[in-house]
Amino acid sequence: MTNPLLPPPRKDPQKRTVSPTRPPEARSRAALGLSAAAAEGRFALQQCTECGKIQYPPRDACSNCLSTELRWKDTDCLGSILAETRLRTSIKPYFRERTPWRTGTVKLDSGPVIICHLHGDCERNGRVQIINRLDRSGQAVLFALPQKRSLYMEDDPQLRAMTSDPKHRRILITDARNPNTPYIAKSLAAAGASLIFIGESENWRPYPGQEAVAQLDKVEVLPLDVTDTQSVQKLAGAIGGKTDILINNAHFVRPGGVFVRGDTAMAKEEIEVNYFGLMRLAQAFGPAMCTRTADGENAAVAWVNILSVHSLSNNPQYGCYSASNAAARSLSQSLRAEFRTAGLRVMNIYCGPTEDDWYQPLPPPKVSPETVAKNLVEGLRNGLEETYCGDVAKDLFERFRESPHILEREMTLAGEGP
Amino acid sequence: MQRRRSYEGIVLTAPFSMPYQRYSIKTAHWWIARALKGSLSLAGLQPADVDGFTVSSFTLFPDTAVGLTQHLGLSPRWLDHIPMGGASGVVALRRAARAVQCGDSDIVACVAGDTNHIDSFRLMLSSFSRFASDASYPYGYGGPNTNFALLTDRYMQEFGATREDFGRICVAQRKNALLNPGAVMKKPLSLSDYMKAKTISDPIALFDCVMPCAGSDAFLVMRQEEAERRKIPFARIAGTIERHNAHAEDPIQLRGGWTVDVDELWDMADCSPDAIDVVQTYDDYPVIVAMQIEDLGFCGKGEAPHFLSGKDMTIKGDFPHNTSGGQLSAGQAGAAGGFIGLVEAIRQVSQQAGGTQVGGAKIALVSGFGMINYDRGVCSGAAILKAANP
Amino acid sequence: MSMKLLTKLATAIADGSVKIVDLTHTLDPDFPVIILPPEFNQCARFRMEELSAYDHRGPAWKWHNLTLSEHTGTHFDAPSHWISGRDLPDNSVDAIAPEQFIGPVVVIDCTLGAAMDEDFELTAPFISDWESNYGKIPNGCWVLMRTDWSKKSGRNYLNMREDGPHSPGPTPEAIRFLIEERDIRGFGTETVGTDAGQGGHYNPPYPAHYFLHGAGKYGLQCLANLDQLPPTGAILLAAPLKIKDGTGSPLRVMAMIPGGNT
Repeated sequence: MTNPLLPPPRKDPQKRTVSPTRPPEARSRAALGLSAAAAEGRFALQQCTECGKIQYPPRDACSNCLSTELRWKDTDCLGSILAETRLRTSIKPYFRERTPWRTGTVKLDSGPVIICHLHGDCERNGRVQIINRLDRSGQAVLFALPQKRSLYMEDDPQLRAMTSDPKHRRILITDARNPNTPYIAKSLAAAGASLIFIGESENWRPYPGQEAVAQLDKVEVLPLDVTDTQSVQKLAGAIGGKTDILINNAHFVRPGGVFVRGDTAMAKEEIEVNYFGLMRLAQAFGPAMCTRTADGENAAVAWVNILSVHSLSNNPQYGCYSASNAAARSLSQSLRAEFRTAGLRVMNIYCGPTEDDWYQPLPPPKVSPETVAKNLVEGLRNGLEETYCGDVAKDLFERFRESPHILEREMTLAGEGP
Repeated sequence: MQRRRSYEGIVLTAPFSMPYQRYSIKTAHWWIARALKGSLSLAGLQPADVDGFTVSSFTLFPDTAVGLTQHLGLSPRWLDHIPMGGASGVVALRRAARAVQCGDSDIVACVAGDTNHIDSFRLMLSSFSRFASDASYPYGYGGPNTNFALLTDRYMQEFGATREDFGRICVAQRKNALLNPGAVMKKPLSLSDYMKAKTISDPIALFDCVMPCAGSDAFLVMRQEEAERRKIPFARIAGTIERHNAHAEDPIQLRGGWTVDVDELWDMADCSPDAIDVVQTYDDYPVIVAMQIEDLGFCGKGEAPHFLSGKDMTIKGDFPHNTSGGQLSAGQAGAAGGFIGLVEAIRQVSQQAGGTQVGGAKIALVSGFGMINYDRGVCSGAAILKAANP
Repeated sequence: MSMKLLTKLATAIADGSVKIVDLTHTLDPDFPVIILPPEFNQCARFRMEELSAYDHRGPAWKWHNLTLSEHTGTHFDAPSHWISGRDLPDNSVDAIAPEQFIGPVVVIDCTLGAAMDEDFELTAPFISDWESNYGKIPNGCWVLMRTDWSKKSGRNYLNMREDGPHSPGPTPEAIRFLIEERDIRGFGTETVGTDAGQGGHYNPPYPAHYFLHGAGKYGLQCLANLDQLPPTGAILLAAPLKIKDGTGSPLRVMAMIPGGNT
């Protein structure tokens, strides 16, 4: 059984910080389908639409009937270990530094044979459940878990290398004013975060729950205004070297599209907070986090953006706000590319309308702050890059995945005119 | 299925091996040129006499056989590039023999060679195959070590083989290598050295793994009368087979493609395994040696450990095997690893093996196995060579 | 004559017999601004973005781009700031005659009252009391309401609560008195606006803004160091930036006061 991971000791200041290395990133275009599924935490394999054969490794034509119509499909994830090995050495520095490394051959019940990482609790030749995860190169790998959960199984070093588990990590939540902050902080504390920094803007302007946030377990409230470059730099100067996970929940939302607004003032605020705020945080915190992605058990591991699902397709009722989120989403893709060589993961949580004041006129279902917090912690534990929070977000994403153009038309229906 | 035609009248000559080196600052082109020149001088030929050419190499990029014709000043009327790793030797001889038999070429030079720079093995792995990049390297990047560790683990579980069983293969080959001045390994190896060696990837330890090195090998294919006219010693092709991606339905590789065609191989050669004087198997890891011994008919599936435990696999033994030391002790010079057994088999049956010569060797079996495209070797081949006058 | 006067002034400033007092807060991203209900557009906070700092973005120079509102930090309100002054001539900062930027100033000390009551009201009778001590407020004079509010910081400055901000300010009657009876030049405070924090509950709402600007008078807010000014006898310098059609402007407000050896 996996032993519980102990809190890491304080860092020896005379010791050089280990440079980040990466597992191999190269993949064929077909194999990127597996990575796309891993980004969402799904185990999917290609299935032939003509003969039904499930394929692996990913390919361009069916190995049974030569059909080129292969679709990625969520697939049964059970199998049995046929063989295993523990690598004691590797020509890839990433693995060399992490040996011994356990891998194995697994025959899936659905047909294919896979080579995969083996969790330390897997029994020899035992039954396993396969999960699809991103490794630190940002590409999918298959990982065998024992069928029976053990208490500390997330602490398995190979599994932890794939995930962004908050346990023993120091985490910055950027906006104390966001009503979801106390819920996120509590969930992270429950998940074993060692320290939770919470950024508070404009201390001179009170907000509901201000005292309660400061009194939360493991929480330290620090000044941070994402619209103020100097404020962001100042905080990065103070805690940038010990921020292992950054959760950007700063947001500014007002209803209205282009005509209703009649000016660009609110839109500027939205862009300042939702877009430039992310950029300022990334410029101030990103470089230090990138140098610390191999810094022991509490290495820097993830960057979380909480975005509106309307970043995917505009909701004209919140037209300008949607646009600012689309900008932020696009920027997150750039960040993902820029962080990739360091192995720092960008996770976007896409939310539908929340219980916040600004969505008050909208009908249910809405996303509760508890749900956001739960999704966030689960996403970190599963090492996700993309997660959809709440029924509206999930529904909208399904429609987006099916056809962004049809979705756009659905979102922009004007109703019966004169 | 139509029975394949005989290779009667086609012979293999001028086997030449460049002494292998652990690392080389030279290029694959350099190594290939040296082997080609060596082979041609054994036969007393000039480059212009060659009108057919095959090349096997992993480190020739961006060139192929085409670029080499201009680079080396050859003008063949028949050309082939054979990227089949450990099966390259047998496949080259098969392609070349048919070309000569059909009159597409008179003299085909078959060459394999690779260099080994400090980092070239890692670089070679990184672009080895799409399935490997997608589905095996991300799991530890152990390359063939990982693949063969998994196959060895399953083989040991399935058939009760032990590390000592594999150790005996490696120890015997080291004894043979000490008689081959071109081998990279120069120190004796005992079974206890083998057992105590550091683990590379359980259950595989240091002496189960080939040493990547630089080297090249070549031989010529021509009509028997051509060889006789030029008074060049030769080996006859009694039978040969190849098979790719066999037994795809097996969840893990415990057998190779030889099993599909092995009966035809013995039929063509008109003999049985007990007639074989010397065996050259493809040996990047000892488990695959065991599988070849089984799949080529020397014993039943899973019985190789027991079969070999009763044999002496050294040059002077009752089952001379990988007499030049094989890749395990001579080194794996990239695609030349697919030639090392073949050129040694030609030398053996044409009595040119020098220090590694098996006395009275008349019939040799040579086997190739290559390309761990994902989880198993995809290419396999074998040939039975006979002396000029058996 | 006037040449002599200016030479004298220069000498007096140089030798300290005329002292210059800076009445301005430093422009700082953390300095509070007025908060309107959130569905309204808001006053921009002061922001500074570095463009280069003797580095790859500009090897020999350092400079910043600034973001601010006309009404950020210590600032000047022109008549066009309020609906009551929208049709007046020369009602924007660029149109105001420059003589208006320099003039006499009186300071009404409300510190005792403000210390006891955060919603302290400057009333007409309070002004009359003050006049009985210091004399009638002359026409064309700046009137500054001293509360020492500028010494508060952080959340105590806006003093925002669920029913809005709480800070001292003038009653409608007091403002009308200053305008109609004394024809002042403008009115200034240490708080974030010329009106009381709860000034929205007067009739009319925000009477200082309403009456001052309706009468073509000016406002100054977020002033500091009023405790260094004498009740009477000082000269105020308050020149807003020349912003086309500007309704106000951040500015450096200074006062000339008699020095120690007068």
